[in-house]
Formats: sequence, structure tokens, C-alpha cells
Amino acid sequence: MENFLQLTFTGLTNGAIFALVGLGFVLIYKASDVINFAQGDFLLVGAYIAYGFIVQVGLPWGIGVLLAMAAAVLLGIFVERLILRPLIGEPIISVIMVTIGLSSLLRAIVNGIWGTTGRAFPSFLPDTPVNIGGALIPMDRFIALLIVSVLLAGFMLFFRYSKEGIAMRATADDQQAALSMGISVKRIFAIAWSIAAVVAAIAGIIVANIVELNGAAVAGIGLRVFPVVILGGLDSIPGAILGGIIIGLLETYTAGYTPPELGLSAVIPFIVLILILMVKPYGLFGEVRIERV
Amino acid sequence: MESGVFHSSYQADMGLRPTPLMRIRLIVVLVAAVVFPFFANNYQLTLANQILIASIGAIGLNILTGFTGQISLGQGGFMAIGAYSSALLVINLGVPWWLSVLLACVITAIVGGFFGLPSLRLKGLYLAIATLAAQQIIEWGIIRSPLTGGVEALVVDPPLLFGINLSRDFNFYWLGLILLIGTVLFAVNLFRTKVGRAFIAIRDQDIAAEVMGVNVFRYKLLAFATSSFFVGLSGALLAQYRTIVSFDRFTIETSITYLAIIIIGGLGSVSGSIYGAIFMTLLPAVLTNIGSALENTIPQMAGLIPFVRKAVFGLTIILFLIFEPEGLAKIWRDIKDYFRLWPFSY
Repeated sequence: MENFLQLTFTGLTNGAIFALVGLGFVLIYKASDVINFAQGDFLLVGAYIAYGFIVQVGLPWGIGVLLAMAAAVLLGIFVERLILRPLIGEPIISVIMVTIGLSSLLRAIVNGIWGTTGRAFPSFLPDTPVNIGGALIPMDRFIALLIVSVLLAGFMLFFRYSKEGIAMRATADDQQAALSMGISVKRIFAIAWSIAAVVAAIAGIIVANIVELNGAAVAGIGLRVFPVVILGGLDSIPGAILGGIIIGLLETYTAGYTPPELGLSAVIPFIVLILILMVKPYGLFGEVRIERV
Repeated sequence: MESGVFHSSYQADMGLRPTPLMRIRLIVVLVAAVVFPFFANNYQLTLANQILIASIGAIGLNILTGFTGQISLGQGGFMAIGAYSSALLVINLGVPWWLSVLLACVITAIVGGFFGLPSLRLKGLYLAIATLAAQQIIEWGIIRSPLTGGVEALVVDPPLLFGINLSRDFNFYWLGLILLIGTVLFAVNLFRTKVGRAFIAIRDQDIAAEVMGVNVFRYKLLAFATSSFFVGLSGALLAQYRTIVSFDRFTIETSITYLAIIIIGGLGSVSGSIYGAIFMTLLPAVLTNIGSALENTIPQMAGLIPFVRKAVFGLTIILFLIFEPEGLAKIWRDIKDYFRLWPFSY
């Protein structure tokens, strides 16, 4: 039972992080129909910039995190303006490949500056274990879960009530119509990319805090975002949240209850991915697109 | 188009190389390819062999992605199946190497066809994501299976032909060259047949193809199988050439590299696959050489080279997609067009 609780909490926090990464992913896809293979590397960039500000420059962690978020906004705008905008209207493979190229470039830059070995991130979240029904859960996982929940709720409100959020939904729905209503679609794309980069940076900082700052571990989340968003539906934000939590739980339960030498937990999200694609390709909440000639 | 060329028979008109200039160019390239190994040192031969293997794999991927329009991120996995099948057949069953290569191609074609099944319902980026998952699952299978030796490398006996060790650089070059020529001939002719035309029709507009009587699902599966056959060939050749098979040569990075090869070379172009393979094999080699040349003046360079290579790799993909999405094949075509009327182009 303790084990089950332990796994559930670990799964929930992992899932919340997946949800956060998935949120950025879905945001970009919704707004601009771009599949972002570099989402995992946005995590990396955000986490390392925060590391640079906090540890190497020596700023207090609050300011470091804020600066990292500001840097992420810049990165998002930069990427959208320089790399994605010239490719509007190009075939899908070009868009996929350009984000793959971007992923390679970002990772090379980060690894070139900070190296590939893992680094201890200053854990500004307290990690004293909390006892819940016999299971020991580190405090920082709770805080992470809380931060993610607040963020996700914030985004829900943002899309529902703020002018930009409504404009983004309008753009996602129909770009032509949005343009004719006076919405600057280019600006919406830039906003989508910066929000995606910021949430990725936050996710990266949280991961670095809970585990450690390690290129492979952080960027590996970028690949696992695919099962998450496919399960929830590529264009659905609630779907990304639910998908993240399901995949997070599934992964931890598999890791906890199957023989570790099988290493099944690393591959189970992808098996789910294939199954979902076979049975319900648009996911739980995705909009079903019907093609006509 | 070339002017002043008059064909008096259909056969001449349908030739792959209809004009004299094209034939001269082909002969020059062939002669260069035949003469090359006698002047090259071992390092250059190794690079050439890598190019030959990569070209075969890239043509395979181009059949699927460039010609049929099915994006595959599972290239590394399929190559792994070719390489491991060939190696395991030799090691465990004592099959002669040439037969193992052939069987590996067939096995990869079957597996490729199987992973093509989702293409019945999925297209575009959904298919790309499905192949990404296939890649992860194959990779996991290889690492965890007791048959493949997991993360340990498999060692194969060097392939012998009449007592000649074919895994030696000089000897392998000829095997690779012959197989590449065979692959090229097959691929260019494929797209002059009904099947190849059906592939292209599916890429251009699948619904229209269906309406015109192309059985889309059947031809998609066929495209997966045909493509995987050559991908398997390149994997099996890699196994025989290196005589060592380890999973880290067939990761998602490999899939990405091959997609980069065909994009930089030219999607839907057989010759482009080869240009791309040459470019993507030589680029890291050149960067490494520059790096080691700079090592004496800038000592920090040595540690940075892997990252520089990766950054240049990513940047090359981005720049090509933005500035020349049709790749090297288009650049080469432009050069030819420019000189066709030179110096009197208007």
C-alpha cells in the first residue's frame, strides 16, 4: 500500500510535468499546425539558463528563474520569427524536420556551453520527506505538483477570459476568419511559441530541481511528450493535462510493478501511443478531422 | 530541356539517359568511381564505403518518404533489423554471409510492411509519430532481447568471397559499389512502372489516387516493404562491413540523419539521395579534420568538436529547408540549367 501511494505520487508529479510540456506542445500545434520536436530542448535551455544565472552568476533563485523565463520568451519569439515563419505553407515533412534540426542545434549549443555531464541544481524547493499513509514523499514533489496545477489553471483562465487567449483560440479555429476579425495571426504565433518556451523552461527547472540537471534525462521528456499529446488529442489542452497524468502514472506503475530488468517503463508510453493511434488516432479529446475530396 | 536531340525510335526516347551529354557525365562518374579506390588511402576508402552504405539506405528511405510521401522516423530501427538479422543468421545458423544479407533484406521488408499497417488509417504527422514509436519499440526490443546480446555488440566473422576478405575497405568498396548501382537502377526504373507511378500518385494526392483506381493501402504497404528491403540491405551491409553490430548505431539519431540526408539531397530524387549521403558523410568528417587541425592553436577545440558537428548538422537542415527545400538535386539542376545556355543566357 505504501508502495502504491509512493508510486501514485511520483506518477502524479511526473505526469504533471509531462502535462506542462504537453501544454506547450499543444499550444504550438493548435495555433500554427507545427509539431515541435524541439520541445524537450526548450526544457533543457530553460533549465540551464536558470542554472547559469543562479549558480554561475550567483543571483538569488527567484530572479534567476524569472530571467530564465524571460530568456525563454525571447527564444520562442526568435525561433518563430527566424525559423518557422519562412516555412508557413511548406509540406509537413519540412516543418517536422526544421524542428528536429532546431532540436539538434539547441542541444549542441547547451552541451557545448555546459557539457554533457549531469549537474547538481540548487534545490530551492525543500525536499524534506512527508509521510502520507506510510509513504514518504519528498516535499519538492508536492510543491511541483502545486506549481503545475496553478499554472495549468492559470492557462485555462487565460484561454477563457483574456483577449490574447480568445484570439489564440480563434486563430486555432480558423486563421482566415481570425485575420478578417483583425487578429494579427503572426503575433498569435509568436505568443504561442513564447508561452510554449516559458512553460517548457518552468518544467525544465522543476525537473532539474526534483531529479538533477542532466541533458539526456531532461531532453528524454521531449520524446515522451508524443504519447502524452496523442493520447489526449493533439489539439486539446485538457487532453494534454489528462494525457500527461495518465502517462506519468502508467510509467511509474510499470516501473514499480514489472521486473526492472525488462525496462518496460521506458517503452510502455510508446506501446500506448501505437495502440491509441490504431484505435482512436485523434486521442481522447482531439478534434476529429474528416477529409473530403 | 536540351535542344537539338532527335530520337527516331521510342526505345531511344524512353532511355534513362536520352542525351549524349548525360551519357558522357554518367561515364565520367562511373570511371571516377572505378578508378577512385586505386588512388585513395584507407581513410578515404572508409568514408567512401560509408557513403555507399548510406546511399543505399537513403534511396530506400526516399522511396518511402520522398516518392510515396510517407514520413518515416523508423529508419534506424529498420536498419537495425537488417543488421541484426544478417549477423544473427551468420552467427547462430551458420548461413553464408551473402545469403544472410539477402534474407535480412526480406525480413526487413516483412517487418517494414508490418509497421506500414498503421498507414491504413494514419497519414502525415500521425504516421511520423507512429514510426517514431516503432523506432523506440524496436530499440527497446534489441536492448532487452536475449537473442541480440542487448547492449553488448555482436561480432560477426568477416565475410569471405573466394577467400577474399570483403570487410577490408578496398574489397568492400566493390561490393558496395555494385549493390549501389543495382539499387539505383532498380529505383530509377521503379518510377517508370505502374507501381512507382502509383507511389507518386499517392504522395501527390491520395484521395485522387484512390479515385483513379490505385489501391492506396496496398501500394502504401508495398512502398513500406520495398523501402525497407533496401534499408535492410544497407543495415546488413553495415553489419558485414563493420563485422560488429551494436544497437547504438541504429538509434533515433540514425533515423534523423537519414531524413536529413534525403531532405538535403532532394526529396523524391534518386540521385539526390546519393548527393545527400555524400554531403552528410563528408560534413562531419571535414569538421573533425578542421577541428584537429585547429587543435594546436586552440586547445579547447578538441572537446567542442562533437557539439560543433551537431550544431552544424542542425543548422544545415534548417538552412536547407528555408533556402533550398528541394535540396542538392535542385542546386545541381540549376547549375546545369545555367550552363546549358552559357554564356548567352538571357
